[in-house]
Amino acid sequence: MRFDTSPAPHVIAGYTVPRVMFQVLFALLPAGMAHVVLFGPGLLLQLAVACVTALLAEAAALRWRGRDAAPALKDGSVLVTAFLLAFSIPPLLPWWLGALGTALAVLLGKHVFGGLGQNPFNPAMVGYAILLVSFPAEMTRWPVPMDVEGSRSWSELARMSVASFYGADLTTHWDGYTGATALDSIRSGLDLRYTLPELLARGDIAGTLGARGFAWINLAALAGGLYLMLRRIVRWHIPVAVLGGLLVPSFIAHGLDSGNALGPAMQAFSGATMLTAFFIATDPVSAATSDRGRLWYGAGIGLLAWIIRTWGGYPDGFAFAVLLMNLAVPFIDRYTVPRIYGRQP
Amino acid sequence: MTELLLLALGASLVNNFVLSNFLGLCPFIGVSRRFEAAVGMALATLFVLTLASGLSFALWQWVLVPLGLEYLRTLVFILLIAGVVQFAEIMVRATSPLLHQLLGIFLPLITTNCAVLGVALLNVDRQHGLLESLVFGASAGAGFGLALLLFTALRERLDTADVPRAFRGAPVALVTAGLMALAFMGFAGLGAR
Repeated sequence: MRFDTSPAPHVIAGYTVPRVMFQVLFALLPAGMAHVVLFGPGLLLQLAVACVTALLAEAAALRWRGRDAAPALKDGSVLVTAFLLAFSIPPLLPWWLGALGTALAVLLGKHVFGGLGQNPFNPAMVGYAILLVSFPAEMTRWPVPMDVEGSRSWSELARMSVASFYGADLTTHWDGYTGATALDSIRSGLDLRYTLPELLARGDIAGTLGARGFAWINLAALAGGLYLMLRRIVRWHIPVAVLGGLLVPSFIAHGLDSGNALGPAMQAFSGATMLTAFFIATDPVSAATSDRGRLWYGAGIGLLAWIIRTWGGYPDGFAFAVLLMNLAVPFIDRYTVPRIYGRQP
Repeated sequence: MTELLLLALGASLVNNFVLSNFLGLCPFIGVSRRFEAAVGMALATLFVLTLASGLSFALWQWVLVPLGLEYLRTLVFILLIAGVVQFAEIMVRATSPLLHQLLGIFLPLITTNCAVLGVALLNVDRQHGLLESLVFGASAGAGFGLALLLFTALRERLDTADVPRAFRGAPVALVTAGLMALAFMGFAGLGAR
């Protein structure tokens, strides 16, 4: 028996994998521009090496399995992984670490499990977490952002990025070429018993809205994310739940102890918050399936990130929060099966 | 109270027995094929771990140390654990024959679950009191159960995935377990500040 066409009406949604993936890449554009303006062109170099490695790894994996690599390379899905990883790693990373992270993301994060649509973990976050636990010193190579007084000129940042990309020892030419990120400074400052208002008054950590440098990237990522929501590529559940899971506890904690706990504005506009909420956590493959499940999944990510930022060993906990909730997805799906119409719950 | 909470947090999440100490891997791989069996295994291990850590503490504190027989602890603890497991098996068989059938060979295998012996020995080495031993045992069991249940749910999903032939079965399970351990590294340092 064959059912070639279903009865009318036919709705052509036009959602194909390449269409969605290239929309996502387009939505990353504002965040990318902010990144390049504030941290120098390091991001472009990281993007280049990540994209090349990702395409090569994807092609190799499919060749080994005797499959046709061409459609998978053209649909842009592996490029999204490469872009998200390149956005997460510091712009002054030597090229081989970016390549290693991307290769692990594509091969270990995705193809071991069967490729597109089968991976339980977010591949970009797998690559990022492996790099973070294996090369902790290199993974702090963020330059001082351009909106901090006394930062280097953009052209000098450009020369630094290129030298660092090829693995030159930057300490010989540039004294103190990296600066602690805002979350890092706040964390070590609090450990030294400074209070939060003292730290925020220092000027090199926080601007008017959020963290220096990262606030603009977060704002641009928010704009890109809202665009994706308008185009109905991302539904509201995950971003809202991630932000709620992060901001509600930080609002309460800040109200109880404003000397030590970061307020919601600082939490929302620092580190990887917006990028995670709109681009990373919303990966449809590794997220929960039902709407109710997605709310639990997103809230879990936000809450875990808040816990790791507040009490954990890492200044920004989003990569681990995403991986931990990826882990919980089959479990969440098990208990959030939507009610079948007409049946008792 | 705070110390007990931190102890529980450490034993269940930060130094999870399976994912950070790599203890108890045999049931972790062996009983993670079906969710129902994993639930039973998690509960049985939790029960045995709590009971065994309390009893082993009592035995250590009030028998082995006064008699100067500290060097016999490994032997005595293994014997004790075997006894507790036998007790657990009789209880499970009496209360739930279905669960008993599901757990099958794995219930007696808790005897050789190195996590159980590991908890008993760690309790002695870290000089935990009775309450601390019980909390440590229970949270180690809870952490084991959490890891096992999450892993089982993941593996059930992997059964339907188009995994490359070379990775089907145990290899992809081990890769998944490794990535789980990577995710759990996010808890590192929790409570240390």
